[in-house]
Amino acid sequence: MRAVITVIGKDMVGILARVSTVCAENGYNVVEVTQSILQDLFAMIMIVDISGATAPLSEVSDKLTALGDSLNLKIHVMHEDIFNSMHRI
Amino acid sequence: MINSHDILETINMIDNENLDVRTITMGISLLDCIDPDIDRACDKIYDKICRYAGNLVRTGEDISKEYGIPIIHKRISVTPIAMIAAACQTKNPVRFAKVLDRAASAVGVNFIGGYSALVHKGFGPGDYALIESIPEALSTTECVCSSVNVGTTKSGINMDAVAKMGHIVRETAERTADRDCIGAAKLVVFCNAPEDNPFMAGAFLGPGEPDCVINVGVSGPGVVRAALEKAGDCDITAVADIVKRTAFKITRMGQLVAQEASRRLCVPFGIVDLSLAPTPAVGDSVAHILEEMGLESCGAHGTTAALALLNDAVKKGGVMASSHVGGLSGAFIPVTEDAGMIAAAQKGALTLTKLEAMTAVCSVGLDMIAIPGDTPAEIISAIIADEAAIGMVNSKTTAVRLIPAIGKNVGDELNFGGLLGGGPVMEINRWSPKKFIGRGGRIPAPLQSLKN
Repeated sequence: MRAVITVIGKDMVGILARVSTVCAENGYNVVEVTQSILQDLFAMIMIVDISGATAPLSEVSDKLTALGDSLNLKIHVMHEDIFNSMHRI
Repeated sequence: MINSHDILETINMIDNENLDVRTITMGISLLDCIDPDIDRACDKIYDKICRYAGNLVRTGEDISKEYGIPIIHKRISVTPIAMIAAACQTKNPVRFAKVLDRAASAVGVNFIGGYSALVHKGFGPGDYALIESIPEALSTTECVCSSVNVGTTKSGINMDAVAKMGHIVRETAERTADRDCIGAAKLVVFCNAPEDNPFMAGAFLGPGEPDCVINVGVSGPGVVRAALEKAGDCDITAVADIVKRTAFKITRMGQLVAQEASRRLCVPFGIVDLSLAPTPAVGDSVAHILEEMGLESCGAHGTTAALALLNDAVKKGGVMASSHVGGLSGAFIPVTEDAGMIAAAQKGALTLTKLEAMTAVCSVGLDMIAIPGDTPAEIISAIIADEAAIGMVNSKTTAVRLIPAIGKNVGDELNFGGLLGGGPVMEINRWSPKKFIGRGGRIPAPLQSLKN
């Protein structure tokens, strides 16, 4: 079971570190990371395996949203099923 | 494999184009709560709703967080209360409205629908008393919604009920005049009412439905408008295709949420309602889709054709995306709930007559329209009769949700706030239909062959 974490906002030091710390603390294994920086805008997509999660997805989602708010970044956490069902027949 | 384009497209739809699941509605049958003793019936209703829907709101919030999709409403629809009230006819059915309101607050939903009666062929025991009690019920409760079905394609239109509903709509508005007549915004008069509709104010659980069921209503006018904007100057065939593709994606999301809610609540999945449901928020308007197609304003000549295309394409895209579709399915045109419709009505581009024509090709009917406060009951009845006739003859659902703006006239505004929005009081035709409405009786069911 996997989830997709996306981070969009102004680039700054330590974004990846902070997001992956939250992942590690909750037993999420980072499978894949792509990130791009266009001018100042930072966009990262992280695919994480949540089968070994120690906390429910909704709780981690709250934590990451709060982290995003504190850093002025938009952080979304979404179960991968949403993309599979919307974009695949 | 998920690609980053798909991920970013979905996130953009949610963040910037108001994509959401509009409602998860749990239908709960109250047929096993019938009791000649009204106190016992009310206790059974309260217990059953709290037992079945106790986890509804929390489950909706969990799904919303885990999938990252806003789920705006969690609601309940119940068996038409007239059927329950039939067993205790001597008592005032408002007691049932109060218990529904109490149960809705206890489980945390924002609306509960089903203070309803199905009288398309005549009044049964309980129906008349329930209809008479609607103004009191809607003015003394917060979350209760009411609907009355006055006609069907198979049985014709009950003109006695139509005449009655003109008075009921007026009285409901009068009793809530101090709150912008909001009572009338919670009352719908239907022809061909669907039994599985998840949208308020017309939701109820029909007698042919299971004991408990999850129905989901999707939304997303902003996403469709943005997709058309990106496409630029394409021909109408391409417009229809873009709407279909977008509706497919929106509905797949609704289908996933519906299945997940059904699994977690251990309640069967009923239907996904394939709808474009606007809100007053900027960028969430059905009127703006029509304008994106190339109309200077919603209400211009061409609006009916554009809406017909939109409505059909939404269904074609949505049907493929869901295992069961139902409810109202199509584009909604509630005037006070749609920023583009409000603007079009304010500048005089959108009139009641154009709206009536639009209802012949889209979902629902004359919805959330403020009319002058001095509109006589028989004119309201006649508007209901016209709309029911469109539904009856075209074998589709039509509904009327008019708000007589007590003490106000054309040019004044009503403001409900929130999702119900607000808008200008619209001009009506004042030539009298009094004698026609006063006749009573039934309009016979239309011929279903020799269609021209």
